[in-house]
Amino acid sequence: MHVHFLDPFHNGTSLIHRLDPRVKLVFTLAYIVTASLLPFGAWAAYVLLLAIVLSVELASELGIGYVLRRALLATPFVLAAVPLIFTVPGTLLFTFSLGAWTFTASLEGVERLLSIAFKSWVSVQMAIVLAATTSFPNLLMAMRGIGIPRLLVAIVGLMWRYIFVLVDQALRLLRARAARSGATPEMGRRVGGSIVWRAQTTGGMAGNLLMRGFERGDRIYAAMAARGYDGEVRAFPLPQVPLTQWFGLGAAIFLFALILLFSILIVG
Amino acid sequence: MHHTIQVQELVFKYPDGTRALDGVSFHIAPGEKVALVGPNGAGKSTLILHLNGILQGEGTVCVADIPVVEKNFARVRAAVGLVFQDPDDQLFSPTVFDDVAFGPIYQGLDEQQVRARVEHALHAVHMQDYARRVSHHLSVGQKKRISIATVLSMQPEILVLDEPTAGLDPRGRRDLIRLLRELPQTMLIATHDLHMVQELLPRTIVMDGGRVVADGRTSEILNDDALLNAHGLEKP
Amino acid sequence: MLSAPLSPPLMHIPDGFLSILVSVVLWIATIGIVAVSLQRVNRDLGERQVPLMGVLAAAIFAGQMLNFPVAGGTSGHLLGAALATILLGPYAAVLVMACVIGVQGLLFQDGGLLAMGANIFNMGIVGVVVTHFLYRTLRNLGSGKRWTIFVGGFASAWLGVVTASLITALELAISGTTAANIAIPAMGGVHVLIGFGEALITVGALAFLYFTRPDLLKIGEAKPAGRAVWLAGLVIALAIAVASPLASSFPDGLEWVAEQQGFLNNAHNAPYQIIPDYVFPGIGNAALATIVAGVIGTLVVGGVAFALAYARRNRSVVSN
Ligand SMILES: Nc1ncnc2c1ncn2[C@@H]1O[C@H](COP(=O)(O)OP(=O)(O)O)[C@@H](O)[C@H]1O
Ligand SMILES: [Mg+2]
Repeated sequence: MHVHFLDPFHNGTSLIHRLDPRVKLVFTLAYIVTASLLPFGAWAAYVLLLAIVLSVELASELGIGYVLRRALLATPFVLAAVPLIFTVPGTLLFTFSLGAWTFTASLEGVERLLSIAFKSWVSVQMAIVLAATTSFPNLLMAMRGIGIPRLLVAIVGLMWRYIFVLVDQALRLLRARAARSGATPEMGRRVGGSIVWRAQTTGGMAGNLLMRGFERGDRIYAAMAARGYDGEVRAFPLPQVPLTQWFGLGAAIFLFALILLFSILIVG
Repeated sequence: MHHTIQVQELVFKYPDGTRALDGVSFHIAPGEKVALVGPNGAGKSTLILHLNGILQGEGTVCVADIPVVEKNFARVRAAVGLVFQDPDDQLFSPTVFDDVAFGPIYQGLDEQQVRARVEHALHAVHMQDYARRVSHHLSVGQKKRISIATVLSMQPEILVLDEPTAGLDPRGRRDLIRLLRELPQTMLIATHDLHMVQELLPRTIVMDGGRVVADGRTSEILNDDALLNAHGLEKP
Repeated sequence: MLSAPLSPPLMHIPDGFLSILVSVVLWIATIGIVAVSLQRVNRDLGERQVPLMGVLAAAIFAGQMLNFPVAGGTSGHLLGAALATILLGPYAAVLVMACVIGVQGLLFQDGGLLAMGANIFNMGIVGVVVTHFLYRTLRNLGSGKRWTIFVGGFASAWLGVVTASLITALELAISGTTAANIAIPAMGGVHVLIGFGEALITVGALAFLYFTRPDLLKIGEAKPAGRAVWLAGLVIALAIAVASPLASSFPDGLEWVAEQQGFLNNAHNAPYQIIPDYVFPGIGNAALATIVAGVIGTLVVGGVAFALAYARRNRSVVSN
């Protein structure tokens, strides 16, 4: 068995695929920071942001449908912002009663909820494009590029390598459990044991995974030491970012700053 | 006389008290190709880990005339290429290139030399087109070959392999044996695959219970039914 | 199948839900604490740090895929902070959880990028610190007897999840993206249940390890909390003490809207909201008093805990 579905990277040769991973990472962060800094209700600016992310999606040749579908994953969290409709003061929109309580919705509350949902939606889209157009080794390089310590980058790199091995193991355990979770043909018997028992079985599997993790950690260490590893993480120096891409990144950040400035002046 | 591997009265106990090696001695001359056989738990893997100092027991171990002691680890590890049984332990880097480059980078070579080494090593195992690939998407046979490349890139004098054919399908096994035949290094191969031993390795060391119980020409040992039976081995 | 594989969604804050101030402050705190952990673990593990931390982070990541059916299509999951803390000690656990949460955010958008500092803080750091304290305390109270592993594991895993969820709700409330008086009880309530799932799985895992590799349970034991962990514990407790009366001092949302209608309309026109205006007018003297009491209380409890630990260490030094 082999987990492929885990890797979000989509191989390709689009403009976005070919950008330097450090440029992509910084651009994505700048975009998300911009979205986060925009005031609530700055709809003109939101539309611009949406236009930017949609353009990037087009240029990435991932298919807008793919990105939008994945972006839905973040939606459940919007629930957390729903109470704002009733707690943000402002123009009365409607009231309704539920038992002893009366709820008063305000226009400002609705606007804030929609603003948050929108910011979150465009941000997650940009993050999806980053992960889908940048292979993990390149993401590691970008992490080094923005100054994350080599030691941490090395740990994350090794982690990613073994996620696939250990997720395989986890799925094998789950499958083995499923294969033995039968029901008797007799009617009226409770199937599957108590919740506590089920949780303990699952816990046993988690313990099993960790135990194998420890053992594998020792073996990997031996394999690393056998090739001269001495605790210091070494790697080639990073290549230069092409000058044109620097300019492109600078221009994009300038654009974000303009959008911010305008929306704060206008909405604020 | 110059020996590539010299092991003298080696004794090793695991922290839990298991006496995994109980006075092991043997010599291997340059260019020899030697099989290390014996039942599970005989101590083969434990012995192999002593050849570059990952484990250290009582007794002496010399590799390429260098004593395997802490101050020599860097030189010893450049001289012996150890390939572990599970390629998922051996290949710990995100890409094939990174894995094959790991040893040369730690030998302190510059970037160009490292690239040349990687290309050469991948070529030797017929995987030159896989440098940019990600190891977890490869087949077991491919992973085994890359594992060997990860030590070939260090240009070792000696190759030590732990159960290289375990888990391979017949074709993968055949390809691997052909590859091992092409490699010029001195070799010590721990294995249960007596067919491979017969084809590839003129000398055999039999271990059981942490001791060497026989050491001689493969053709003689594989015809000694009493010996094979006594140590849980089957005539090929 | 597992496109959104990992844990309950409510704990991973996406981007857009935290104000920039909250995001940045928590990023800074997280970077500092992870950097200290990186150093500490390096000192303890040396060359083994990279392989062991990497593979255990992968194991926790994979462990989060394990689930068990509860009822009505819902299932219990493992978050793993408690298990990592008990097995590895607080520093290594912070490191492992930071890697897990970081990869989830970067690769699977399970949690945002700007919000990643907060997510690591909540699930990694708060979860780890709370677990560590409760587990150690219960182990000590029971004089290290066997049952304390399981009772301590259960209680500390549960409290770790609940505390992390409360902190999450609090950050959202401070960011003005939810209403504190609704979100805090709601988040807390949900995670009281989720916490039981975590606690049960954690105990199951501890039991498995206890019977197969009891030596692994000793690794975390060997490392007493350094001063930094105590400090982190104190800071978290203080943050809760300050913020929760702040958040709960809002009267019921509705009444409050009615009451404040008049002057809030002005306040609402503030040109730019980093901390939204509606947080501030609600603080009365009562709330202020609660905060002060909370701070004093936390300091006292923290001081006592610190003194106890100090005394204990001195005693063990003497007995050695
Ligand atoms: N990490 C370990 N801790 C304790 N005992 C071990 C460990 N690894 C191996 N052993 C024991 O040492 C003995 C030799 O094992 P090993 O060298 O792996 O044998 P082989 O490779 O020949 O099958 C066995 O009894 C095994 O159980
Ligand atoms: Mg073996």
